[in-house]
Amino acid sequence: MHWPILSTVTFLPLVGAAIILFFIHGDEEVHRRNIRHVALGVTVVTFIVSIMIWTGFDPANPGFQFVEEAGWLGGFMSYRMGVDGISMLFVILTTFLMPLCILASWESVEHRVKEYMIAFLVLETLMIGVFCSLDLVLFYVFFEGGLIPMFLIIGVWGGPRRVYSAFKFFLYTLLGSVLMLLAIMAMYWEAGTTSIPELLQHQFPASMQTWLWLAFFASFAVKMPMWPVHTWLPDAHVEAPTAGSVVLAAILLKMGGYGFLRFSIPMFPLASADLAPLVFTLSVVAIVYASLVALMQEDMKKLIAYSSVAHMGFVTMGVFTGTMQGVQGGIFQMLSHGLVSGALFLCVGVVYDRLHTRQIDAYGGLVNRMPWYALTFMVFTMANVGLPGTSGFVGEFLTLVGAFQANTWVAVFATTGVILSACYALWLYRRVVFGELEKESLRSILDMGTREKVILVPLIVLTLYFGIYPAALMDVTTAAVDNLVNNYQAAISGAGATASLLGH
Amino acid sequence: MIDVAAMPNLTPVLAEIMLTAGAMLLLMFGVFTGERSTPTVTGMAVALLAGAVLVVALGEGTSVTFGGAFISDAFSRFMKIATLVASAVAIAMAVGYARNERFERFEYPVLIVLATTGMMMMISANDLISLYLGLEMQSLAAYVVAAIHRDSVRSTESGLKYFVLGSLASGMLLYGASLVYGFTGHTNFEAIAQALVDGRSVGLVIGLVFVLAGLAFKISAVPFHMWTPDVYEGAPTPVTAFFAAAPKLAAVALMVRVTIEAFGPVTADWQQVVSFVAIASMLLGSFAAIGQTNIKRLMAYSSIGNVGYILVGLAAGTQAGVQGVVLYLVIYVVMTLGAFACILAMRRRDQMVEDIESLSGLARTQPFTAFMFAAILFSLAGIPPLAGFFAKYWVFLAAIEAHLYGLAVIGVLSSVVGAYYYLRIVKLMYFDEPLVTFERMPAELKTVSALSGAFLLVFVLFAAPLVEAAAVAARSLF
Repeated sequence: MHWPILSTVTFLPLVGAAIILFFIHGDEEVHRRNIRHVALGVTVVTFIVSIMIWTGFDPANPGFQFVEEAGWLGGFMSYRMGVDGISMLFVILTTFLMPLCILASWESVEHRVKEYMIAFLVLETLMIGVFCSLDLVLFYVFFEGGLIPMFLIIGVWGGPRRVYSAFKFFLYTLLGSVLMLLAIMAMYWEAGTTSIPELLQHQFPASMQTWLWLAFFASFAVKMPMWPVHTWLPDAHVEAPTAGSVVLAAILLKMGGYGFLRFSIPMFPLASADLAPLVFTLSVVAIVYASLVALMQEDMKKLIAYSSVAHMGFVTMGVFTGTMQGVQGGIFQMLSHGLVSGALFLCVGVVYDRLHTRQIDAYGGLVNRMPWYALTFMVFTMANVGLPGTSGFVGEFLTLVGAFQANTWVAVFATTGVILSACYALWLYRRVVFGELEKESLRSILDMGTREKVILVPLIVLTLYFGIYPAALMDVTTAAVDNLVNNYQAAISGAGATASLLGH
Repeated sequence: MIDVAAMPNLTPVLAEIMLTAGAMLLLMFGVFTGERSTPTVTGMAVALLAGAVLVVALGEGTSVTFGGAFISDAFSRFMKIATLVASAVAIAMAVGYARNERFERFEYPVLIVLATTGMMMMISANDLISLYLGLEMQSLAAYVVAAIHRDSVRSTESGLKYFVLGSLASGMLLYGASLVYGFTGHTNFEAIAQALVDGRSVGLVIGLVFVLAGLAFKISAVPFHMWTPDVYEGAPTPVTAFFAAAPKLAAVALMVRVTIEAFGPVTADWQQVVSFVAIASMLLGSFAAIGQTNIKRLMAYSSIGNVGYILVGLAAGTQAGVQGVVLYLVIYVVMTLGAFACILAMRRRDQMVEDIESLSGLARTQPFTAFMFAAILFSLAGIPPLAGFFAKYWVFLAAIEAHLYGLAVIGVLSSVVGAYYYLRIVKLMYFDEPLVTFERMPAELKTVSALSGAFLLVFVLFAAPLVEAAAVAARSLF
């Protein structure tokens, strides 16, 4: 029996939360410092341990690795953990970003530090659990459980309209997810198990697939978010504290895409093929519409939020092409977006901490006083645009290649999104960073401190590294994606053969 | 033929005999020593209920007595233990309230014990006659308890309302029972089921509907829920806590036994009725609670909604459904008692507060209470990993197995609406600034809320034995 490394990584943050809850009492400055240090220490240790998952991972194996199994709640469900090439990198992404989130909240969160750090650590456990679980009910528990800490993070430490945003976030996501829960139950009675590896082998009847697909779609489309159910995202992003926005954009949104890859496509291939045009339409609308809306935003966070909707449109488009390039590109785009959008929210956080406003009008000419900030922001703006050499390019390019094979018109419309993204991102950069430094409030603004550089430099390095050498990520995902795409195509051609036989 | 002269087997009814005799002794003790005996009577009543738990837990297998009118099986034992614990906790939670509100009456614990005896009869009833006896014994004690604050207009009003409407429901139940007897020729559940195997007449269906209507009143299911908000609001808060927990357990257990055992052959007939009642209760419970400003009224609508979810499991009419009902009931009772422990702690300047707004900023003034209350509320909303999620999971799992897709979809969607008003309380406690500061929470309420919160939080890890026990209980009915 090997060491249960996935459970360790998953529940280590929870242990940290328990330490803070039970062993640190009082609200003096010294206590708050201790709380921050414990939270940072725990997340860093979690990251280091999670690196061992990557080093021990066998990229040639398309199946699940580090599998753990135990009984749970008497029969109807079981505790199963495991990762494959699709999920493993999301675990690493989560553990990598969490220390940065804690650091980003180091000074900006002043009141109720204890509850804040506990909420973040609990959230980390639930997020990692989503990507590691190999049982549908367990997956759902982690997936939904994340709503509680995120609701509190937005509602307690958020901006002026935090209550509205927190409720909207919670109820929207819950509404989508409960339908998925019913689908999970239907799958249990159909297949007799909730184990994901077994369900991947099970062939659901075609008529049932459509309903199950739609129920899962209701949940993941909201989470993703896809147009037209994306409206919770700009609200939640704008009102959440910086670290909350980072987690939302970088990790929570990826659960939707991960869900499509883990459940919708391999378990309901026929429904996925039938309904792919619907997804393509929604994706293209999301790409074009969200980009246009982003152009008109006056709030920096809202602009980035709409750009996230557009970028997620590329992911759904790529994933549902069912081609090697499309799926690989979708995964890459999600990982890259995790780094880039997280970094962009951190960049907004840097100036927000100084001026306490996110209005684009309030800034201008920052390059004169903050050269390092201007450079950092530029790297991520370019990555957001999808400039070759940054990680943003690889994902967009591959998803477009995939889309071109599936449907040329989809590719044509989606490509306009690349141009539009250049418009809004560069214009944002121009308005905030370039120009004369005219505003009185900006005269004494300081450049990034050491803490802020420590947060952003690793993100710059990774964004460029994965842009220049994407194989570092691709090698991990290839075997699993290859397996996924082959099974998907086989299922569709198998159904086609049956249909033509029946026709004769 | 039953030999009337022979002594019936009393072993299965040992706990009931013990409670009845104990209640009489406590009553005499209280009468002779006067009002100052209240703490002693309260303590002894809790001890009596705890003793009854032990006696019930020692029972084994299935045994029938009193000519088939009384049954003791795994299902009845499970439900009885849950009921006894809920009653004991409800008595204990009243201690601080009685002291502060000068409502120290030794009759209160005695009446609760008597009501509990009635509930035990209901759970074990295997005959329409014993069903009615148990139900009335429980109800009569409950009417008195609702009006126990006899100087308070609200309390007496709620007692009177409860009595009048409760009598009406009993009348309907009796009318239905007489129709069932008339069309089957039996009052015993097994005999009724036997008579229905070869088909049923329209008269029987009418009788069945009347029986179900009477029972729906007792569990405050829509459309017989009207008394619930008024009685919950008017009765003294510990009494409300009691009403919300133990009687629900007993009445649902009774309903399960009647539908599964007696009317098992006509499942399709009662399934429609139960499905309709479930849908109406879930929807009303979710939507009507949104506008409430009084926390006790809110809990009344919450309990109506929860009964709806419980009935979803019953509507399935399968073993998985009964298991879901049993688990849901246990989790519901734990949540309700925990929530009322927090509500009973809402006191300032020697006055009970019932306004929801006054919970504002509780996380700042009393972080412990706020945390436990938040855990209970998230659980009521059915958010994993808290126990309330699994409660809903099992009942909906059964509904899906029985292909009741419409019921399941309406159910989960109304649970999202319901989540809104639970979240509203969390929002007040965590997002808003404090308005008022409550007095310190009494130790017994702190214990109850802590135990309840802890149960809901660690259920996900340690509940396997409970799930197993519920499975055994459900199996004994099939």
